Amino acid sequence: METIFAWVPWVVFAPVLGILINLLFGRRLGEKVVGLIGSLASGAAFVIAVMLAVALGQHPEGAVHPLAAWMRVGDFSVGWSFQVDTLSTTMMLVVSGVGTLIHIYSIGYMHADTHHHGDPGRFRRFFVYLNLFIAMMMVLVTADSYLMLFVGWEGVGLCSYLLIGFWYEKGEQGLGNARAGRKAFIVNRVGDFGLLMAMFVMFWAFGSLDFATVFAKVGTVASGALLAITLFMLLAVTGKSAQLPLYVWLPDAMAGPTPVSALIHAATMVTAGVYLVARSQPLFVLVPAAQSAVTWVGAATALFAATIAVGQYDIKKVLAYSTISQLGFMVAAVGMGATVAGMFHLITHAFFKALLFLAAGSVILGMERGHEVALHGQHLRKDPFDPQDMRNMGGLRPRMRTTYWVYLIGALALAGIAPLAGFFSKDEILAAASEQSLAVFIVLAAAAFFTAFYMGRQLILVFGGKPRTRAAEGAAENPPIITVPLIILAVLAALGGLLNLPGLHWLETWLEHSLEGLAAGHFILWVALLSLGVALLGFWFAWLIYGRKPRQKPAEADPLAAPLGDVYRGMERKWWVDEFYWAILLRPAAWLANLLAGVVDQGGIDGAVMGTGRLARLAARGLSLLENGFVRGYALVMLLGVVAILTYLVLR
Amino acid sequence: MPVTYYLVLSAIMFVLGVVGVVVRRNAIVIFMSLELMFNAANLLFVAFAAYYQIVTGQLFVFFVMTVAAAEVAVGLALMVAIFRAKHSIDVDQMNSLKG
Amino acid sequence: MPVIQIVIFIILGVVAVGTAVGMLLSRNAVYAALFLVLNFATIAILYLILGAPFIALAQITVYAGAIMVLFLFVIMLLGVEKLPFKERLRGQRLIAILLGVVFLGETVLYLVYHGQAGQLPAPASIQFVSPADLGHVLFNEYMLPFEVTSVILLVALVGAIVLTHREKSAAAAEQV
Repeated sequence: METIFAWVPWVVFAPVLGILINLLFGRRLGEKVVGLIGSLASGAAFVIAVMLAVALGQHPEGAVHPLAAWMRVGDFSVGWSFQVDTLSTTMMLVVSGVGTLIHIYSIGYMHADTHHHGDPGRFRRFFVYLNLFIAMMMVLVTADSYLMLFVGWEGVGLCSYLLIGFWYEKGEQGLGNARAGRKAFIVNRVGDFGLLMAMFVMFWAFGSLDFATVFAKVGTVASGALLAITLFMLLAVTGKSAQLPLYVWLPDAMAGPTPVSALIHAATMVTAGVYLVARSQPLFVLVPAAQSAVTWVGAATALFAATIAVGQYDIKKVLAYSTISQLGFMVAAVGMGATVAGMFHLITHAFFKALLFLAAGSVILGMERGHEVALHGQHLRKDPFDPQDMRNMGGLRPRMRTTYWVYLIGALALAGIAPLAGFFSKDEILAAASEQSLAVFIVLAAAAFFTAFYMGRQLILVFGGKPRTRAAEGAAENPPIITVPLIILAVLAALGGLLNLPGLHWLETWLEHSLEGLAAGHFILWVALLSLGVALLGFWFAWLIYGRKPRQKPAEADPLAAPLGDVYRGMERKWWVDEFYWAILLRPAAWLANLLAGVVDQGGIDGAVMGTGRLARLAARGLSLLENGFVRGYALVMLLGVVAILTYLVLR
Repeated sequence: MPVTYYLVLSAIMFVLGVVGVVVRRNAIVIFMSLELMFNAANLLFVAFAAYYQIVTGQLFVFFVMTVAAAEVAVGLALMVAIFRAKHSIDVDQMNSLKG
Repeated sequence: MPVIQIVIFIILGVVAVGTAVGMLLSRNAVYAALFLVLNFATIAILYLILGAPFIALAQITVYAGAIMVLFLFVIMLLGVEKLPFKERLRGQRLIAILLGVVFLGETVLYLVYHGQAGQLPAPASIQFVSPADLGHVLFNEYMLPFEVTSVILLVALVGAIVLTHREKSAAAAEQV
């Protein structure tokens, strides 16, 4: 059975193979084959992950499978090895499983999207990037050292950038998407800096970056070094997993195509931070200060993002802030030491958030189709009509039945309604919080209330009432290639709770083999009832405010705007965080950059270089005066020379 | 009277000739200043021939005169040729060496 | 030292320098040529005083009689214009005169104070060198320079003709 572990490099190489085939031959193969190859590559990775999981059932302690040596510098040597254990295999399954479903969905989605944007040739590029992402994510989760993890970390950051800016020439002023991609890259860089610093301190303190070596020696290192390492890791987590203060890139990342939002910015890449903390548990448990920092960052983000989601109109932005909020739950969980709860929520969140994003994509496609029909098939690309604005929707329930039902299931799962998946995972997190810190518990419970509230608002605005525009009137359901993955994900969202049902604790037993010293998850009845009640309360409020008097026109003010006044405006304007960053951080940086580019580089350095040229020219012009062609001048100079020599001789 | 007197006179005439070459613009006058310089040198030769009581000094003046005559002939022929091209004997006009 | 000798020398010296300056300063080229002739004559008298009769008369004949006449011919041929007085090159005159003064000063200073010639006493009497003596030395020891000088004269002759030769017409040239 050990030989099955030897298959693990293929979880990385199968997608790479997909990339190569699509890159080299994609243009000739046509859309369907390209999509098929991409999905097969991802599916192959999934199959191998399943095989590894089965093998792990027999040998739960896992193995480390070395592939190649990478570098050896003095005492430091690191190689490319694959770590197969329950934690990494869990991640592998989630990434490749959800990933394959999204690949299949993308075949249909990108076909429509590239035609809507007018560039069908870009279809192949999308699948190449998606496969690259799967490969990089696999590198991240199968890494056996922090350095390899960092390689995957950077790789998924790159893919995120490439995919956010997929339609690089579109967006506001033709630059919006490119700017969003750049913002994601740069903000992530701040986080990557954190991870790099953590690795530097780790190398200095431990002498190695391998998981095995580090976790073994963790007791012998000074606590100051451990605190530094964990806090820097926290910085990395806030970047990659979009927590305060580095979450600002995620809402902008919605500029990418919807499958990208589903895969990368909901289900997988953003969970890399949670995975990092989960993997580094042996370090965190020794530094309670770092743990509480992580917990509070997570909890605060959860509530903060949930409040913003209440005021958003774009269907994808609501889901983006919801993702940030749910990531906050996960981060808080692993910060409290409830790693199993965090991983559980990661898995269920992957299911229902991917489902919600893909369903939102289905809604958007329907709106776009309705819009084209409303315009009698004319293609107006510069049309200000926004198919993603929920105020333009309404009454889609009878028109897009399947999408409605899967969206409903996803929303209920997200809000935490029993017996859907989200209920169990969120409940475990709340239970852990109630045991550790009442303050954290209250914050998370409030966030859960808002979660239900904004999801209810979204359901009503999108599917309820009557269509508010002709586009919504003309919306129609999408073909099966889109709806079938939705249904599969809906089933997973519904039944996902089975993974770690209280009393059965399958996931906990599974993960125990990789993570030592886990606290056993408890099922506390009053917490469960409270979380259910809070969710139902949220839905009821949403119906009260939005459902009873449905919005009639797209341009109406939100019913909350009047009573809440400035608070509502704050929620709508994302609490002005981006503006704050711009004023405090970015404007001075931009000023400095302009200064350096203009004054220092163009003026100073270019000036020096040009100046030497100008100086040479001046000297030449000056010297050319000597060659003025006046013979008498030459004679005078000769006379001067003679007198000079004579003077010298006389004075000698 | 010591030979120094002749030396000083010769030096004065030579310097006058040099300054004449550098200052005057008329090419012919420049030539004449050149002749002045020759004469200053000749005077020196003859003076030393007399004071050292050797004949060679005077012989040298003989040669100098001959060569000076030849040089003047050629030089003035050159001046005439240039005048035909430039229609001026202003030395400043002959600045083709410029640049 | 006979005073009369010094007086005569000073008179001649003043005339020589004066005519030289006059040549430098006159704007009319003919006047300059005539000044130079006067200068040559003075120099010839000095030669006489120094006991070189042949050279003195050769000076008058060759320099004043032939060379200066040639100069005058050329001046008349070229229709000499009156060149503008203003100096085109800045500082040329000033520097030239300055340098001239420096030159002169150095030379005189050196000759008077360091030159060994200053120690040379005047001979008892200046010996007259006759043409025969000159001829003796010329044709015995300096035969080669003599022949070379004649070649120089020939070359100068040919050169002068070539330089001033004007093509009558292209057709005439081809006929030749």
